[in-house]
Amino acid sequence: MVQTDPAPTRAGSPEPARPDAASDLVPEEGAGLAVRDVVVRYGGGARTDPGTTAVAGVTLDVAPGEVLALLGPSGCGKSSLLRAVAGLEPVASGSLAWDGADLAGVPVHRRGFGLMFQEGQLFPHRDVAGNVAYGIAGLARAGRDARVRELLDVVGLAGYDRRAVATLSGGERQRVALARSLAPRPRLLLLDEPLSALDRGLRERLALDLREALRATGTTAVFVTHDHDEAFTVADRVAVMDAGRLLQVAPPEDLWRAPASRRVAQFLGYQAFVPLDDPALVDLSAAAAGGRPAGAPHLLAVGPRGLRVVGPRRAGGASGHATVVGSVFRRGAVEVTVDVVLPGADDGAPTRLVALAAADAGSDGVADGLEPGARVRVALDRAGCAVVPDGP
Amino acid sequence: MDGDGRRLITAPPPAEHGVSDRDRGNRVADPVFGGRRARARRGLLWGVAAAVPLAFLGVFFAWPVVTLVARGFVGADGGLDLSGFAEVFSQPRTWRIVGLTLWQAVLGTAFSLLLGVPGAYVLYRCRFPGRRVLRALVTVPFVLPTVVVGVAFRSLLVQGGPLGFLDLDETFAAIVVALVFFNYSVVVRTVGGMWEHLDPRAEQAARALGATPWRAFRTVTLPALTPAIASAASIVFLFCATAFGVVLVLGGIRYGTIETEIWIQTTQFLDLRTAAVLSVVQLVVVAAALTVANRARARRERALNLSPAGSSAHPLTLWRDGRPSGDLVPAALTAAVVVVLIGLPLGTLVVRSFRVPGGGWGVDNYANLGTTGGRNALSVTVWEAAGNSLRTAALATVLAVVVGGLVALVVSRRPRSRTGRRAISVLDSVFMLPLGVSAVTVGFGFLVTLDRPLGLDVDLRTSGLLVPIAQAVVATPLVVRTVLPTLRAIDPRLREAAATLGAAPGRVFRTVDGPIAARSLGLAVGFAFAVSLGEFGATSFLARPDSATLPVVIFRLIGRPGAENYGMALAASVVLALLTATVMLLAERLRGEGPGGEF
Repeated sequence: MVQTDPAPTRAGSPEPARPDAASDLVPEEGAGLAVRDVVVRYGGGARTDPGTTAVAGVTLDVAPGEVLALLGPSGCGKSSLLRAVAGLEPVASGSLAWDGADLAGVPVHRRGFGLMFQEGQLFPHRDVAGNVAYGIAGLARAGRDARVRELLDVVGLAGYDRRAVATLSGGERQRVALARSLAPRPRLLLLDEPLSALDRGLRERLALDLREALRATGTTAVFVTHDHDEAFTVADRVAVMDAGRLLQVAPPEDLWRAPASRRVAQFLGYQAFVPLDDPALVDLSAAAAGGRPAGAPHLLAVGPRGLRVVGPRRAGGASGHATVVGSVFRRGAVEVTVDVVLPGADDGAPTRLVALAAADAGSDGVADGLEPGARVRVALDRAGCAVVPDGP
Repeated sequence: MDGDGRRLITAPPPAEHGVSDRDRGNRVADPVFGGRRARARRGLLWGVAAAVPLAFLGVFFAWPVVTLVARGFVGADGGLDLSGFAEVFSQPRTWRIVGLTLWQAVLGTAFSLLLGVPGAYVLYRCRFPGRRVLRALVTVPFVLPTVVVGVAFRSLLVQGGPLGFLDLDETFAAIVVALVFFNYSVVVRTVGGMWEHLDPRAEQAARALGATPWRAFRTVTLPALTPAIASAASIVFLFCATAFGVVLVLGGIRYGTIETEIWIQTTQFLDLRTAAVLSVVQLVVVAAALTVANRARARRERALNLSPAGSSAHPLTLWRDGRPSGDLVPAALTAAVVVVLIGLPLGTLVVRSFRVPGGGWGVDNYANLGTTGGRNALSVTVWEAAGNSLRTAALATVLAVVVGGLVALVVSRRPRSRTGRRAISVLDSVFMLPLGVSAVTVGFGFLVTLDRPLGLDVDLRTSGLLVPIAQAVVATPLVVRTVLPTLRAIDPRLREAAATLGAAPGRVFRTVDGPIAARSLGLAVGFAFAVSLGEFGATSFLARPDSATLPVVIFRLIGRPGAENYGMALAASVVLALLTATVMLLAERLRGEGPGGEF
């Protein structure tokens, strides 16, 4: 590991005063990051101010070499958790450990964790090479230069060494920030919405590059984002957070196929929920879920591609009538916004959903018979739906 | 109070980079939680950093001022006695002086704003060739010693001067014009600095919604500028209400301010009691102005929707499609101000400094600077005084930068704990106090208290150290106000980024805060030096005849009869103005855009 300070062991706590206490606090010995019941609070200094709880008891493990995405809406506490891991926020209760060693009392600069911010936070008074070399100042000059070149190569900015950071584009800045974070070979790289400030095309491209860079360097990483596509692209496992709590941790496919709750499914983009035991849905739900789950009542979650416009010939089963509100041609398919009365709706009120229609349904891109106001038949698509437990 | 010290506090607002509310990190001062020992060591360091300036200001500011003010409340028998107030306020002279002070401050502020806001628009919102030169020229009065300004205006208005026919010499109008001359640049710099960073898209949105340029300005731009304008107004009011040197030179015996009155009561009538009472009155006026200034500044520091400088400037267009454009009126007004208000007095000063006492033209006045003046008006030659000025100012600058730098450093921290934050905010106001107390009061207080400081058997009054110390007290708030905004504008996440890259707190400070603050520190050094060079209020009390500084010598020369002495005063003023302008230009250079600078 690259040393920045003459500190002999970055891995170990500089204050080995309480070895016994450390083992008390960390219930499991294990490699990588162990987060146990961590609570992070802001404010609350005065008696009149109860403060706000940003992270309300999160337990989580990150294995060495793994890339974990922390996914959640704005303000769900994911950034606070990340900052707590970095040592930038105090932990109100619970514990953090790396390779079984408690991190309490280890200051930020001795944790050996890298952190990459949304806006990069490049040092404006240093050029590109000066920024990348900041964390490896302890190396000999030749080694440092080689490492800077190597990393600029990894992020696709070879030859940018002497550029002033003010002359870089947004995407280039984030690449430099990534190179800077990777240079000291951090034990764990924390990324706080690193791509959120970029435009969509760049974001998608950089997400792929980011995954390549993390895989190539074998870096263990925690990646905070509110964009599930981004999380699925970059991460091995995704942890969904809401209101300071962890809702589910799973590999992307598992998470998508089986959201643990209605809230998770909603956040992933599932657009409607239908009681699974509704008589109208019996055959379809059986098909979608591969058998009705036992126990508590379950819902059928209709995904963004879970509803299709079907031809008039197909009748019966899990299909019904819908009224077209509008349609757009996007990514090779026609997305039709429809009002449809779902089974189980309280008062027969229609729900507004998006259904997919085949692109060749019409000649001019917009399918025939899909003009606003038209009546169409829609059917649930087994592959685009998931079964989730009923409840919040 | 000698306005010099205060005049410079209005460095343009820094380019504050948007820090979202969501980012709770901005409360984190020290992105590091070390062990208990490390924390204690850091606490100790910060304690020392706060204690040094506190001690300095305690001994050299609070003690003299409090002692002096207390004299107004203590009778001959040593008990509380408010009869001094009754006595002073029963005199019509007091009311006349207070009225004059407020009236000239109101007029000076109003005219400075009326002329300064269009000037800010032209110089910071429009692009045209020569803008840099013009901005520099407008800044010159900003740093000119008050005595020089007084002399320049007299040379312009005196019988036989270019504007002698106006009969304005020793009038109230002359004082107000000179005050506007001084404070025009304060308004231009404060408002312009903000305007430059204002995102032009808000105004463009208003125009796209069908607003006329005037309506867009009135409804969108003006409200956004209001904090800057209010802040400039309160500072200008403060400077005008406490003007000393310029009023003393221009006002003759008929016009004065509370500040000059304190000086006259002390040095001419030796009535320390009245002077002390007037100091209290002065404090009240100043405290009110400062409160308003602080409120306005707090609002301005919250305004974060700013864009990088320069991105919003448009080319100056006087005519568009054969019709006068909206730029014409501000441009014409600014041209008139630059030529008449700024160019004419300075030009006259320079030209007349070459008029030989006997008639004709030559460099005799400058040659005479090597003498002690006609009929030995001085104890030292003017060149010796210039040497004194430079030495004193250098020492004062070192003191002010060390003390002010430490203050800025401590006050820029944002501790996590509520108590810590409260302590910082108290410190912030405490260190601004010298800004609000008259330099004359400080100088006078030194004389009263520092014969045996803290019971030590050293008479600081004869050591020659008092003058630089007094100048440092005057210059310290200015250093703080120059460095602090830069330190505060550093995104805390920059420090966090450094810490996560393995930098210990010391290295974070050295490699992040240091380089970014260094440039504003250069500017602060220049400001402090320029202020110390021109400081007159406190120095006039403390400088002994053989260690007189340039402003003191100039004032003495214009007070003595004889064309030769007057000519020397003009020449000496030119020398002092050149010295100050050079220092300021060097300092502004230091701040210039370096590679990769966002600031």
